[in-house]
Amino acid sequence: MTLPNESITKADITAHSLTEEEYQRVLDILDGREPNLIELGIFSVMWSEHCSYKSSKKWLKTLPTEAPWVICGPGENAGVVDIGEGLAAIFKMESHNHPSFIEPFQGAATGVGGILRDVFTMGARPVANMNALRFGAIDHPKTKHLVAGVVSGVGSYGNCVGVPTVGGEVNFDPAYNGNILVNAMTVGLAQQDRIFYSAASGPGNPVIYVGSKTGKDGIHGATMASAEFDEDSEEKRPTVQVGDPFTEKLLIEACLELMATDTIVAIQDMGAAGLTCSTFEMCSKGGTGIEMNLDAVPIREADMTAYEIMLSESQERMLMVLEPGKEHIAQAIFEKWELDFAVVGHLTDSGRMVLTKGGREVADLPIDPLAEASPEYDRPWVETPKADAVASDAVEHGDWAETLKTLIGAPDLASRRWVWEQYDHMVMGDTVQRPGGDAAVVRIHDSERGLAVTTDCTPRYVKADPFEGGKQAVAEAWRNLTATGARPLAVTDNLNFGNPEKPPIMGQLVGAIKGIGEACSALDAPVVSGNVSLYNETDGEPILPTPTIGAIGVIDNLDQTMTVGFKAEGEAVLLIGGTDTVSDGWLGQSLYLRDIHGVVEGAPPTVDLAQERVTGDAVRGLITAGAVTACHDVSDGGVAIALAEMALSGDIGVTIDTGEAPSAPWLFGEDQGRYIITCTAETSGDILGAMQDAGLTARLIGMTGGDQVAIAGDASVALKTLRDLHEGWFPSYMAA
Amino acid sequence: MKSAVIVFPGSNCDRDIAVTLTKVTGHKPEMVWHRDATLPDDLDLVAVPGGFSYGDYLRSGAMAANSPIISDLKKRADEGVFVLGICNGFQILTECGLLPGALLRNRDLKYVCRDVTLSVEQTDSVFTGKYKQGEVVRIPVGHHDGNYLADDDTLQQLEDDGRVAFRYCNDNGAASDEANPNGSARNIAGVFNEKRTVLGMMPHPERLADTRLGGCDGIPMFESLLDRLS
Repeated sequence: MTLPNESITKADITAHSLTEEEYQRVLDILDGREPNLIELGIFSVMWSEHCSYKSSKKWLKTLPTEAPWVICGPGENAGVVDIGEGLAAIFKMESHNHPSFIEPFQGAATGVGGILRDVFTMGARPVANMNALRFGAIDHPKTKHLVAGVVSGVGSYGNCVGVPTVGGEVNFDPAYNGNILVNAMTVGLAQQDRIFYSAASGPGNPVIYVGSKTGKDGIHGATMASAEFDEDSEEKRPTVQVGDPFTEKLLIEACLELMATDTIVAIQDMGAAGLTCSTFEMCSKGGTGIEMNLDAVPIREADMTAYEIMLSESQERMLMVLEPGKEHIAQAIFEKWELDFAVVGHLTDSGRMVLTKGGREVADLPIDPLAEASPEYDRPWVETPKADAVASDAVEHGDWAETLKTLIGAPDLASRRWVWEQYDHMVMGDTVQRPGGDAAVVRIHDSERGLAVTTDCTPRYVKADPFEGGKQAVAEAWRNLTATGARPLAVTDNLNFGNPEKPPIMGQLVGAIKGIGEACSALDAPVVSGNVSLYNETDGEPILPTPTIGAIGVIDNLDQTMTVGFKAEGEAVLLIGGTDTVSDGWLGQSLYLRDIHGVVEGAPPTVDLAQERVTGDAVRGLITAGAVTACHDVSDGGVAIALAEMALSGDIGVTIDTGEAPSAPWLFGEDQGRYIITCTAETSGDILGAMQDAGLTARLIGMTGGDQVAIAGDASVALKTLRDLHEGWFPSYMAA
Repeated sequence: MKSAVIVFPGSNCDRDIAVTLTKVTGHKPEMVWHRDATLPDDLDLVAVPGGFSYGDYLRSGAMAANSPIISDLKKRADEGVFVLGICNGFQILTECGLLPGALLRNRDLKYVCRDVTLSVEQTDSVFTGKYKQGEVVRIPVGHHDGNYLADDDTLQQLEDDGRVAFRYCNDNGAASDEANPNGSARNIAGVFNEKRTVLGMMPHPERLADTRLGGCDGIPMFESLLDRLS
């Protein structure tokens, strides 16, 4: 053995975040030999929470991942589903939380870059980006700076690469003061017969490095993402990578051009843990070994060590295995796009990774034990105690019109136009539904079909009841797709939680995964990809448990897609689903309780999944039949907010007329499984009858018209007032 | 009608303009790589597309203006071939001297993507013949550097020569400050060269030329071209 043999100290082991037990496992794998520093670094990143899923693996395995239309579930760079006509949608959501808190612009930008690479690596042209953002309290001194930086970072990357950012979420809560969440999702389209995977097969095949040069940025980013923050975290800024969207754009075009030839055996992007993770994963999947010459890796600085090269998280880099003798085809394409191209090694049948630098061996590690046999923990967990439901009369209800005005301009409900106008949401010329609706709709290029995309989660529900909250996140995503007329197909989950070594936090994770699993099964929308982000805590304060769900659906005929805005005056407004009285409504964990009464308590609304499905299928049926003129799901803020949003979107007012006067809990309660639709006055009777025949609650709750939101025989609020409040909050908050 | 679209590294509206040209004119443009020495023969129109050529590094359009294809583009423009530069294309045309002025960072320093209303200021051109003088049209913008600036003499010359093609305006056609999305001088959204054979504009007519996408006010521009060139 000619390996460099500096001795490893206890301090080295701790600095690499390996426990004593894990280090013992390292020694076992190396047959008692001590690793050198390079090898220790590789073990450290491979076994970090971020790369190994060691705390969540046991539970992730319980999620439903299969359906006849699933082409590839979790485990590859992204999930792949059949969307018909020989096409596949490839998508995934991934977090970039820790870097974005430390350096919001670059953290968010590289989050977008990373998820784009996961998708085009598989042969898809990215067609839509989404992002789910959670920030701290609006009056926290850092919040504004973080909002400005993250939004500008997301925009700068997506705008430059020319992929439309079509929607997402932005929410505020003090629980994110020290740990913001940046979850980015990309959806791409590929021909089903041209999908590329990462299994590196064929000993002797050349291994190629393409893209940007490797620098000293992002070293140990994956390890950072696997630890809590404290007051010294800002010193970790050098672990944040710097994005170059221009190079990414060239990489997309060059890769897609190469993928049109029969040249590539396997391909993977270099994301978390860079060259280390990509080589291990590719070889592990392909059952091969690799010999790699680190002197051939294009580097940005002359004095880079093997340790730095292997652990760098420099962006915009890909690793490929090519068919032998075809290197020149790839090289010509990458040279055309002015990107680095280097043959850095070849596959072997040894099952080992052997690295050389300066003519000598610097590491020799077995692949499978590291990649496959990483630790898996059954961490202790405790269930979150159940809260009681909140009674309708638990608070004193005030004037509904004032409540509506407050909520429509509240931080969590106000228009996000300030955000999405900074994103190019129209490039590629296929954005059929722009941001601001229930789900974005992009046309499948050169066709009359569409893809609907949404991201959803209500973290305060998840905190109060992880299981119900997990269910609700999936159900709401499914509902948002349905409201556009889409058939939901599959989801990606981005699980953001605190420190899993604390049993109550682990209990949140377990509960949410169980809820997600149950909802995905009941709604036939399997999980095909995802990402776990743990240790989102600062000084011991965890974030709200936030299992963000990204979901896609297909619209078979874009003539039958639906939007939120009222279309004409004098149309009937129907509420489908929910209770059949107007005296009651679910108040627990509602925005009404929180923002109007300052009360955060009670059980969150429950989702009856069987009823959810029947209701959604019925609404979709109405949309497809052309019976509906507008459709909106009812979520945060309840019926009144949903109606106000429909009125503002269509610039047509509405008068609520329910016979007996509606109560505040009915107006603002957040019962699940509900949609508001409009239809012509003449057809409303037939539609109500059909819904009731199908066993659904459905009632006429008013008529469109005028320029206000009114309750018959009661007060009204002018649309202009509501619009000023709704549109005004974000710009004035950011300008203040 | 024979057209070409120049593709630079970082162009990202090249497909969009090609799709719209094909759809409205029935003729598919030729895509030309920026490193080519010459454009195809017998061209009627060259489109310089939007995007982030060279990542907008250094200055929007500055590096693309030095691409190999640019010398032939200038030659063809001199010979009377029509040139349409949209967004980054407009920035490139000012950088390479085919159009006067410059596009600075937006007034509020933020990227802006939204529909804006424009007044059609000049219909006597191959690009705008199908619009009505003073007509208010809705066309999207999507840019970070759309704040048009030239010295006062140049601006006055543009006005006197009828070379302002479009102006940002409100729904009533008034070029108000609120209607100006980027702080552009005199609300200018697009300008012609002296012969009105070269048009540069920040708004994207190719983005609203399809009812499916929510509007068709971009279509008359391509119909105007078709009318005159076929």
